[in-house]
Amino acid sequence: MDDLYREIIIEHYKNPLHKGRIENSDYTFEDENPLCGDHLQIELRVNADQKVVDAKFDGQGCAISISAADLLLDSIIGKSIEDLKALSKKDILDLLGIELSPVRLKCALLSLKVLKAAVYELQEADDDLIQK
Amino acid sequence: MPNTLNVQGDFPILKRKIHNENKLVYLDSAATSQKPSSVIQAVDNYYSNTNANVHRGIHFLAEEATEKYENARKKIAKFVGVGDPNQIIFTRNTTESINLVARTWGSKFLNDDDVIISTEMEHHSNIVPWFSLVQEKNLSLKFVQITSEGKLDIDHFRALLKLNPKLVAFTHMSNVLGTINPVKEIIEMAHEAGAITVVDGAQSTPHFPVSIDELDADFYAFSAHKMCGPTGIGILFGKKALLENMPPFLGGGDMIKKVTFKGFSANSIPYKFEAGTPAIAQAIGFGAAVDYLSTIGMKNVCSYEKELTEYAMEILSGINGLHILGPSAVDRGGVISFTLDHIHPHDIAQILDQSGIAVRAGHHCAMPLHEKLGLPASTRASFYIYNTKNDIDDLKEGLFHVQKVFS
Repeated sequence: MDDLYREIIIEHYKNPLHKGRIENSDYTFEDENPLCGDHLQIELRVNADQKVVDAKFDGQGCAISISAADLLLDSIIGKSIEDLKALSKKDILDLLGIELSPVRLKCALLSLKVLKAAVYELQEADDDLIQK
Repeated sequence: MPNTLNVQGDFPILKRKIHNENKLVYLDSAATSQKPSSVIQAVDNYYSNTNANVHRGIHFLAEEATEKYENARKKIAKFVGVGDPNQIIFTRNTTESINLVARTWGSKFLNDDDVIISTEMEHHSNIVPWFSLVQEKNLSLKFVQITSEGKLDIDHFRALLKLNPKLVAFTHMSNVLGTINPVKEIIEMAHEAGAITVVDGAQSTPHFPVSIDELDADFYAFSAHKMCGPTGIGILFGKKALLENMPPFLGGGDMIKKVTFKGFSANSIPYKFEAGTPAIAQAIGFGAAVDYLSTIGMKNVCSYEKELTEYAMEILSGINGLHILGPSAVDRGGVISFTLDHIHPHDIAQILDQSGIAVRAGHHCAMPLHEKLGLPASTRASFYIYNTKNDIDDLKEGLFHVQKVFS
């Protein structure tokens, strides 16, 4: 069972690499998962080529949502905004390396939802953008 | 006092194995209770032998269905201490019952600048219907504060009553804190101030004896599914004089006396509020549920759960880093919400689930209360007649395992 709570997930939950804030970020968005009260903000900094040079998240969440956010942000350093637009649900699941029930999928995908809203510069998060 | 009520055998679902070979430890009865065989059979029997529409046909089955449906209303009235069963309206659930009051009594009798009072410990179902009215009618909605112990602050309530509220809506028992409110006292105070009262009884009627007539509540709402009955059926009790002066809720069949091309006149109570074919099987199942609970005796249900809750409070408060929300065991029902240091409630619930232990994690439809408590979420274990001290020991072991995973 404890597959779901693999070491990598616990490790990124307890010692996240990308937790914090970026001053004068280029892209930012925050959203909530009303189901569990999770709250997540993501901030990105890009260089002149529109490539991510820094990515940070802040907020509260369960081990699945926090580790997914941390793993996701770690994976996007150096990528272009266009690359980020192409990210999908599968990318998150590959990063986590676990299977999730529909309810927990929402936890895992919160960071992707927030990231997509940030890079598309949306006013409101859009679930359709993460189901690709 | 009994060690167990010995009713486990009445609940077929308790034989279910979860995630391979784990026995089910169901600690989520505040969300919905499990159903005894007698209720399942009553629903099955209605569909197998009686199925027909009520209040319409003059054939054998229609009459039998009507009799069973109306008989359920009478049983439920008696169970909650209501003398006149015509004051018992079938709805879908507690939420719909409260919305019914807001949409009918509220839209007719509340006007600009009127004040309504709710409390900080309410479930969303006793907040949102009032907010909807507030937006439409420019009303003011005030919330009675809770004390640090998780009880209603009666002094604050007394102060709010000086605003001359028209309506006071509050819960009999908090679904998060477990707090049992002094309903009779609150109703008396509200009446003295000239307000009518709406009581959310979703967590009370399943767990201890309730006599609505004695409490002198104006409206009292509860659901079948939290008290051994089917989903999809709930009750709104309303005092006759109030119900008769209220406009109908939904329009359609059964709620009319007469319809012409010029208009309609509404049926008498309770039918005025029961438009369309009702949840007949569910109402009959609800009747069977109150029969079942009456056989055990609500006093026994109450004292057994009290013993269980006291035991659980003792065991849980012995766990390092675990913090229980709400008052001491003396003033609470069988609901214990808690937090565990450094571990999110979702993760707690998920890991417990792997051993077959079902708890609830989240805000339990009480986001404002969690905001007040400064928590994004909590974990809730809730008990009912089929739980035993063994279940609580299993919960303890489960929580130790959760802590180990995160250590």
